[in-house]
Amino acid sequence: MAEKIKSKLRGNGFLLAVTIILFLVLYFAGAVLYADRNFTSPQVFLNLFISNAGLIIAAVGMTFVLITGGIDISIGSVIGVVCMMLAWMMEIKHMSAVLAIVLVFVFGIVFGLVQGFLISYLKIQPFIVTLGGMFFARGLTAMISSDMISIQNETFLNLANHKIYLNFITYYNNRGVEMHPYIYLSVVIALVVVLISWIILRYTKFGRAVFAVGGNEQSALLMGLNPKTTKLKVYILNGFLASLAGFVFCLNSCGGFVEQARGFEMDAIASAVIGGTLLTGGVGTVVGSLFGALIKGIIETIITFQGTLSSWWTRIVIAALLCFFVILQSVFKTIREKRLAQDDHH
Amino acid sequence: MNEKLKKLTTHRLFWPLVCLALVLLFNFIKSPSFFKISINNGVLYGYLIDILNRSSELIVLAVGMTLCVASSAGTDISVGAIMALSGAATVYCLGTGDTYAIPWILAILIGLVVSVLCGMWNGFLVAKMKIQPMVATLILFTAGRGMAQLITGGNILYIKEPSFKYLGGFLPHIPIPTPILVAIVVVVLSTLFLNKTATKLYVESVGINPKASRLFGLNSTRIIFITYAACGLCAGIAGMIATSRIASIDANNVGNLMELDAILAVALGGNSLGGGKFSVAGSVIGAVTIQALSTTLYAMSVTGDQLPLYKAIVVIVIVTLQSPEFKRYVNRWKAKRTVKADGKKVA
Repeated sequence: MAEKIKSKLRGNGFLLAVTIILFLVLYFAGAVLYADRNFTSPQVFLNLFISNAGLIIAAVGMTFVLITGGIDISIGSVIGVVCMMLAWMMEIKHMSAVLAIVLVFVFGIVFGLVQGFLISYLKIQPFIVTLGGMFFARGLTAMISSDMISIQNETFLNLANHKIYLNFITYYNNRGVEMHPYIYLSVVIALVVVLISWIILRYTKFGRAVFAVGGNEQSALLMGLNPKTTKLKVYILNGFLASLAGFVFCLNSCGGFVEQARGFEMDAIASAVIGGTLLTGGVGTVVGSLFGALIKGIIETIITFQGTLSSWWTRIVIAALLCFFVILQSVFKTIREKRLAQDDHH
Repeated sequence: MNEKLKKLTTHRLFWPLVCLALVLLFNFIKSPSFFKISINNGVLYGYLIDILNRSSELIVLAVGMTLCVASSAGTDISVGAIMALSGAATVYCLGTGDTYAIPWILAILIGLVVSVLCGMWNGFLVAKMKIQPMVATLILFTAGRGMAQLITGGNILYIKEPSFKYLGGFLPHIPIPTPILVAIVVVVLSTLFLNKTATKLYVESVGINPKASRLFGLNSTRIIFITYAACGLCAGIAGMIATSRIASIDANNVGNLMELDAILAVALGGNSLGGGKFSVAGSVIGAVTIQALSTTLYAMSVTGDQLPLYKAIVVIVIVTLQSPEFKRYVNRWKAKRTVKADGKKVA
């Protein structure tokens, strides 16, 4: 039995290791190819986090949902509507930034609650429920305003533009001037979310329940866990994280428009899958999803540095990586199942 | 009488049909001329024809999607991208000159072959590599449009030859829009093929339990593979119609979000997304319902942007009403009420 668990852990650790190695390989490839253009400067590295903070948070939320064996394709639209709501409340309704931010979090939680209720208590397929949620949120965005609203609110802009300098790192730019790299508030939020989620999944009763429900709902029920409330909680958490991702996204874009963050959910799912989360449930890590999101970032950065390739190459490369990872997972699963079967014989 | 009624209401197509009827009835009350069909310039004209015409791509997609869902309990989310890809291939082959660069039949065949290849790739990943359908098709969903953009060079390509519009418009001297005819042909052929051979039974049995079906002597892998290839073919046909309608290819927008509507059509048609038993007719009804709903909302001057909001509400209401769990809650609540009422009577 102990052997079994050990081999299982070894398996998931292996997938995570592949993800991290891939990230490092891509990073060093970029560093070698574009050494003359400061690819290795700490700021370029930190920009990965700055431009993908929203994706990291969304991917973490998605990881929770995927571990329970569900799916949420509404988050792109939720991010869109959150940006629009923030812009509308602050610019058209002249609310204070704090109130607007609190209200969008409440919206996210309620949104997650409704979806979670429909999924866990009425047993409607998650795909259909969140498809409805996706349409609803996107339509709501258009209802609020079909024009772009940009945010002028001073408090919000201060939050968005507040650079946090990392004074302990020093580097020289190409003119030889001493620089300190900086990050924005969004990066801090994203990293805190990753850390807390990691602790929740690994060390709390709730986290264990999430894995148990995703692994096998029937056994989880027999173990005395309540799959319904566990799932409901996961969807509420995911709703909150989607609104948080929306807030972070808005810190970057400082405005709302109808088409914002369209297709973002697929990026989040791709990040989670590249990070080793299985869509069948029961397996997944937030650290993997973090690296999945960073891999997308590094591909984008390399394509930007390259300069002549068009942006749709990002999608093609990500699809190729996705393909590589799912086939790797599939092969890996077969090997593991065979090994487990052998263990049973002994 | 009661028995008959019960039989009717428990028929699997009953609720989907009721939903469609409700949408149509609502339209009829709003504008009594809704069901009127007239002939203008030798072609049929009217709301109903318009709805059927516009829903034909969705109907074709829904037929393919039904098969995927039934055999593998998963959804193919790449159909919209496949539409764009096959459309791009066809338009690229025909060229943008004043006449076709190659015979049109060949170009359409190339487009369909591309779509079948895409479907086979999905099928290979799902059936052979045992990857969850949504992830497997996520690959083409992500890459498909990019590849279509590569073919078109990132431009919108236009076809000048007027006969290219036949497929998405009207054939000369035929009053019915061609897309409706194509949809009818696809539905009739697939229904005949499924029902007159044992294929439907095979697909359902694989969907209910692939392992048991294998032990029973069915090649589950091959059946799942074929359903995905068929779904690719359907996406290709839909892509041809969509491309011909506007006589151009815009790789970013052809079939955008169509995969979601197709999945919705399957679910609205009373098919379980968990696989197994299925009804192509149900999916067709679902597809028409979605289009009827969209047309209705457009007629009520809802903008295209806002449309999803209403769609979402209708979808959630419909799936909630269809959910067995919801019916159980309602029944329990009813039972409680009758017990209480009886209790009062006794007292």
